[in-house]
Amino acid sequence: MRVQFPFSAIVGQDEMKRALLIAAVDARIGGVMVFGDRGTGKSTAVRALAALLPPLEKGVPVPFVDLPLGATEDRVVGALDLERALGAGEKAFEPGLLAKADRGFLYIDEINLLEDHIVDLLLDVAASGENVVEREGLSVRHPARFVLVGSGNPEEGELRPQLLDRFGLSVEVRTPQDLSARVEVLRRCDAFERDATAFVADWAKAEKKTLKQIAKAKALLPEVEMPDVVLTRASELCMAVGADGLRGELTLMRASRAQAALDGKKAVTEKHLIAVAPLALRHRLRRNVLDETGSTARIERAMDEMFG
Amino acid sequence: MIDDAGLAAQLCAIDPGLGGIWIRGGDAETRDALVTAMAVGRTVRKVPVHIDDERLLGGLDLAATLAADRPIARRGLLADADGGVVVLPMAERIDAGIASRIAAVMDTGEVVAERDGLARRDPAQFAVALFDDGVEDECAPDVLTERVAFWVDLRAESRSLGESDTLVDQGSGFRRSTVEVSDNALSTIATAAATFGVHSARGSLFTLCAAKALATLANRDSVTEDDLITAIRLVLIPRATQMPAPPEEAPEPESAQQSSSDQTRPMEDVVLDAVRATLPPNLIAAIAEIGRRSASSKGRGTGVKLRAQLRGRPVGVRSGLPRGGNRLSLIETLRAAAPWQKLRRAPGDTRVRIRRDDLRIKRFQARAETTTIFVVDASGSSAAARLAEAKGAVELLLADAYVKRAQVALIAFRGSGADLLLPPTRSLTRARRALAELPGGGGTPLAAGLAMAGEVASAVRAKDRTPYVVVLTDGRGNVALDGGTNPVIARTDAEAAAKRINAPSVLIDISARPREEGRAIAALMGGRFVALPRGDAAALSQTVRAS
Repeated sequence: MRVQFPFSAIVGQDEMKRALLIAAVDARIGGVMVFGDRGTGKSTAVRALAALLPPLEKGVPVPFVDLPLGATEDRVVGALDLERALGAGEKAFEPGLLAKADRGFLYIDEINLLEDHIVDLLLDVAASGENVVEREGLSVRHPARFVLVGSGNPEEGELRPQLLDRFGLSVEVRTPQDLSARVEVLRRCDAFERDATAFVADWAKAEKKTLKQIAKAKALLPEVEMPDVVLTRASELCMAVGADGLRGELTLMRASRAQAALDGKKAVTEKHLIAVAPLALRHRLRRNVLDETGSTARIERAMDEMFG
Repeated sequence: MIDDAGLAAQLCAIDPGLGGIWIRGGDAETRDALVTAMAVGRTVRKVPVHIDDERLLGGLDLAATLAADRPIARRGLLADADGGVVVLPMAERIDAGIASRIAAVMDTGEVVAERDGLARRDPAQFAVALFDDGVEDECAPDVLTERVAFWVDLRAESRSLGESDTLVDQGSGFRRSTVEVSDNALSTIATAAATFGVHSARGSLFTLCAAKALATLANRDSVTEDDLITAIRLVLIPRATQMPAPPEEAPEPESAQQSSSDQTRPMEDVVLDAVRATLPPNLIAAIAEIGRRSASSKGRGTGVKLRAQLRGRPVGVRSGLPRGGNRLSLIETLRAAAPWQKLRRAPGDTRVRIRRDDLRIKRFQARAETTTIFVVDASGSSAAARLAEAKGAVELLLADAYVKRAQVALIAFRGSGADLLLPPTRSLTRARRALAELPGGGGTPLAAGLAMAGEVASAVRAKDRTPYVVVLTDGRGNVALDGGTNPVIARTDAEAAAKRINAPSVLIDISARPREEGRAIAALMGGRFVALPRGDAAALSQTVRAS
């Protein structure tokens, strides 16, 4: 396997990084969907996150499962272990990718191209946190709680609305327009290609810092307070932009707390709310799918009016 | 251009990180020569259009599995091609799903197959050669073209590559890591990418790799201005989405050599001027084509949707015999047979005993999915305001189609003919853009619009989908199929075309005062007739949805 490009070395893309860090701090956030043009480093960033997750327990790394396109249903949910069945005539369950992803991350690149029946299956499990297998005379259920991370290019096909709604946060990634940022991207990629090991070593310190930040934030999270004033502001914002349902408010609240924890703060302020609102709400606006004004613009306008 | 293609192939042989080449047009001889130059003796594997996941990514090897009594995996084509070249001879026909799988492997350098009860990882680093015939809008899928450095258009090329061209072995060493690149060179590439409107980071990265490979090819250990100029010409220019601004003082950038002696000017300027000087004269046309491509042909959707419809949505397996088009599900059959092996085997027998009852076939559920074909009259006689209303109505219907995951196609007719603005697609982003860009004005070639609707409808039906035609017009066709303006011929042509539309349909009269022509056409189509309630797109959308 190739050496992974370090997360900290990704130039810009702050919003995407923030969303991924929040998901790493609070798994209940409900996953991250990354939309973006080609060549913006979507999958590089997501795959790099795997290296930054503090272990579940000592020596037990957080599972990070990459669901390949073309995965078949039996490998996703698990099935009869063929080897043991054929060889020894035993009926044994061979866990699938969902079992592997339990307590960790499940990443699907080009999620909009995933076959519908696999998507249905994922939705079901993601909602219930449990994988129920009833096939080949097997009857197995096991916990499958995972953070779903998807990425895709909307030009290549839309994501089903039902699936989009399941994601806690959504991010839109663009190529940096700033010349110096572009040069920096080139420089770092060049250095990485030249000598990946040395490059990773150079960034090890920054990576360690981010890992610590996540670990600290995770520890701090239960103590983070959400003052009533901020809570009210959050509800007002949801109403102002017309975000459907309670899920938006809940996610906004959780994301602000995770953001406060990442900043090392014990209380959520408006600043945190503003930082995460576009992530938590932009895919939930009661929308005319054909509306040209982007959801992000609508949220920003509402925030400008509210927070000045 | 042909020399560029040869050079690109050589560069790919030096640095597989360049991804590969995309060639439009070109004869068989040229293609072979290019692949040979890329491969320099390494493995070459061809990906046929109809390849399935099992062959591409790997799967269960039936014979070996039965012989060994345990699942034996077979490597797929991509893993076999590790270290070599993967050739897609008809890249424009490749299924979008297959293309994405190949793209995923290109990104990670390994094949991860989670299929048929197997989980395999195999290294797979290869260069890709994409060939398409370059006929009109049909071209290789974007997910793949994005991931190869060189795009070469040989459609206008008369010469072909043959034995006289020496493209052979350049030492084939993989030496890019030793080539030095100055900060100046990096910012030159970034500036050039911005100048030509190339936004994907891959464009700049490929330019950098190409420049380094060029230096390697010339046995130099640092990248020169000439390398940059050539790399920009090979990688960035074909990806350009905008023309560079004209040079400020309009110097005569005659040759790269002359410019490079000019030490006082910043490198960016020198290189960009030199690149400007080498711009092909048809660049504007080429850029326009890129724009059109991205606007209209992204989801040609020939592959995936067609196949998905033939197969439908897999809904598990049932016992049965694999005949009459039913497909055996090998893995499920083995699973069904597995528990009985102890009982069925004679002592000492190690073969897997499979009985007729064990056979499982795949079940598919064919979805009765619809494709709504909008035929919009954008002629001058449909006054601008009405056209805007029609657009509004179509947008509402599109939103509805989106929720139902139906496909939509968009045909507009004006002037002397009809255009398929949007082939059947699910991408709302594209539908919206096509609609917004719809211009108005000119004659009313109703006949051409209806004829095209008929063709699209048959094509849709051929893919096992249900076409549904929505025509928005004032019904007053005044241009015949051949472009003539004889009103009588125009009407008979339109009537004939209407009769040939063999699909559920509705005609929406968007004229200010609906008249009989529209109703007559609707009757000939065998469809409903609706007069557009003035200024009420939502009501129209209701009307169509109800039908």
